[in-house]
Amino acid sequence: MMMFSSQHWDNAKMLKRNLLILIGSLVCGSVFAQFRVEVSGVGLTQVPIAIASFRGEESAPQKIASIVQADLERSGQFRAVDSNGAAMDEGSRPEVSIWRQKGADVLVTGSVIRLADGRFDVRMRLWDVVRGQDLGGQSYAVVAGDLRLVAHRIADFVYEKMTGDKGIFSTRIAYVTKVGQTYNLWVADADGESAQSALKSAEPIISPSWAPNGQQLAYVSFESRKPVIFVHDVASGKRRLVANFKGSNSAPAWSPDGKTLAATLTRDGGSQLYLMDANGGEPRRLAQNSSIDTEPTFTSDGRSIYFVSDRGGAPQIYRMPSNGGNAERVTFTGTYNISPSLSADGKWLAYISRVSGVFKLHVMELATGTTNAITDTIADENPSFSPNGRLIIYATHESGREALMTTTVDGKIKARLAGQNGDIREPDWGPMQK
Amino acid sequence: MIKKLVLVAGVAMALSACGSAVKLDNVPVEDKSGSNTSLPGGPGTGNVGERAVTPVALDKNKVPDAANRVVYFDYDSYSIRQEFQALIETNAKLLKADKSQKVAIEGHTDERGGREYNLALGQKRAEAVKRAMGLQGVTENQLEAVSFGKEKPVMAGSNEDAMAKNRRAEISYR
Repeated sequence: MMMFSSQHWDNAKMLKRNLLILIGSLVCGSVFAQFRVEVSGVGLTQVPIAIASFRGEESAPQKIASIVQADLERSGQFRAVDSNGAAMDEGSRPEVSIWRQKGADVLVTGSVIRLADGRFDVRMRLWDVVRGQDLGGQSYAVVAGDLRLVAHRIADFVYEKMTGDKGIFSTRIAYVTKVGQTYNLWVADADGESAQSALKSAEPIISPSWAPNGQQLAYVSFESRKPVIFVHDVASGKRRLVANFKGSNSAPAWSPDGKTLAATLTRDGGSQLYLMDANGGEPRRLAQNSSIDTEPTFTSDGRSIYFVSDRGGAPQIYRMPSNGGNAERVTFTGTYNISPSLSADGKWLAYISRVSGVFKLHVMELATGTTNAITDTIADENPSFSPNGRLIIYATHESGREALMTTTVDGKIKARLAGQNGDIREPDWGPMQK
Repeated sequence: MIKKLVLVAGVAMALSACGSAVKLDNVPVEDKSGSNTSLPGGPGTGNVGERAVTPVALDKNKVPDAANRVVYFDYDSYSIRQEFQALIETNAKLLKADKSQKVAIEGHTDERGGREYNLALGQKRAEAVKRAMGLQGVTENQLEAVSFGKEKPVMAGSNEDAMAKNRRAEISYR
């Protein structure tokens, strides 16, 4: 074991390093600012959790404990208890009574050690301080660039232990920014950090959609002065033009097996739904009518497609079998309901509804048809469920600027992705990482 | 160029003097193409000399100016207002005269609502203009209706003036 080897670091090196970090955080402060978490509503059942500073993390480029804490708070299912700067590693047995006094039910401890090869060894342990029970631990040896990912994996571990659900903190999101006349398609951690540009363009990019394998994005690009659909391998940057038919090509959506794309094409006149092989090829028309049909999205069993149609005179959300057939209407309230997103368990439908001239994120419980507007903003767009169905990411306007938010399904816990320059929009939440 | 504009403005003023309802948008664009090629007779016939040469200028300026390539729409509407009929006819006439010329009709919306749904609404506008040009006899393969939805506003701002300017279909010569 190589415990506490960070203590062997010479002081000058440490000082230099800390200075660099300080300068770095001053320069990058606005870009890498953390999510601001807003809690509204009462009667929440939240696990009170204390997360001690990881021993040695002051020498690592990422503050593991605070990333874990922000993740868990954003989920709405945890409430952070102040650990008063206590630093305990995964090997120390906590004094249960102290943590009980602070009101914590669980405690996370851990350490970060820089290895001889420059990587970091991160270890953690989760304690039930009510029963004084060790709930297990994790260890990772990673390069500096993956320390945030390690923090997200730790948050996933804690989340799953405490709730029984898979955590989504180590998943990725995609979104689009517009700065001046430059558009960027970004791939980022689920907290919006560590964003990397997958595509930069002088023309708009909309509707990114993650493939079920989490490796590719389908999206609409206007680079050829009309909307066409690309499938883009994120790691290699290889792009494939999959729909460039006469007219407009838009709204790509993946089937759960990743083999088929549903999309809106106008090649035969009007915006209509088609299915096509994800590698391209001849599209097959799903329905035929004189109205607008668009924004398809598959159910997680692949059997149905939810979509938007104005066949009844105004845009409403409908559902039909994924091989075509009769459509049944899903939304009945209001005269403008668009942008459906389904939770993986099929329980919830998130969508945008225009109410009294403003656009608000709504959530419908599909079994009962009960709907709720869950935001106070007026220009919400494009909701996308997290793969565990517990959070929704969406675009909105706040103080005259575009912003991305996450919210719990009940709307009680919201977090804003802060610090992005320019306008930010079109979020899509990627799948669980294998 | 300035001279030409002044000329056009002059014509417009002269026309508008005839009737109060005439708008600048309705000024017919001078059609130079072909007008010089139809001299009667040919070499050696009539009173034209044997060595006569008829000058043909390929007129690169035949594309209507920007103002005569944009159709504006009312809120939530795809019907072409009467005032744009002349504009459609002007463009249709050019396309009928040159079957090799292609245009994209680019539909746009104002900023309200979702991006994909606005793309579909912009498409309806583009297709309305395409249909109108088809009715004027322009062949299908010269026309492509595409949409930019709300992605390419010409005027920033959320006031009605800006939004009215953004609800449009542009005829783009390619």
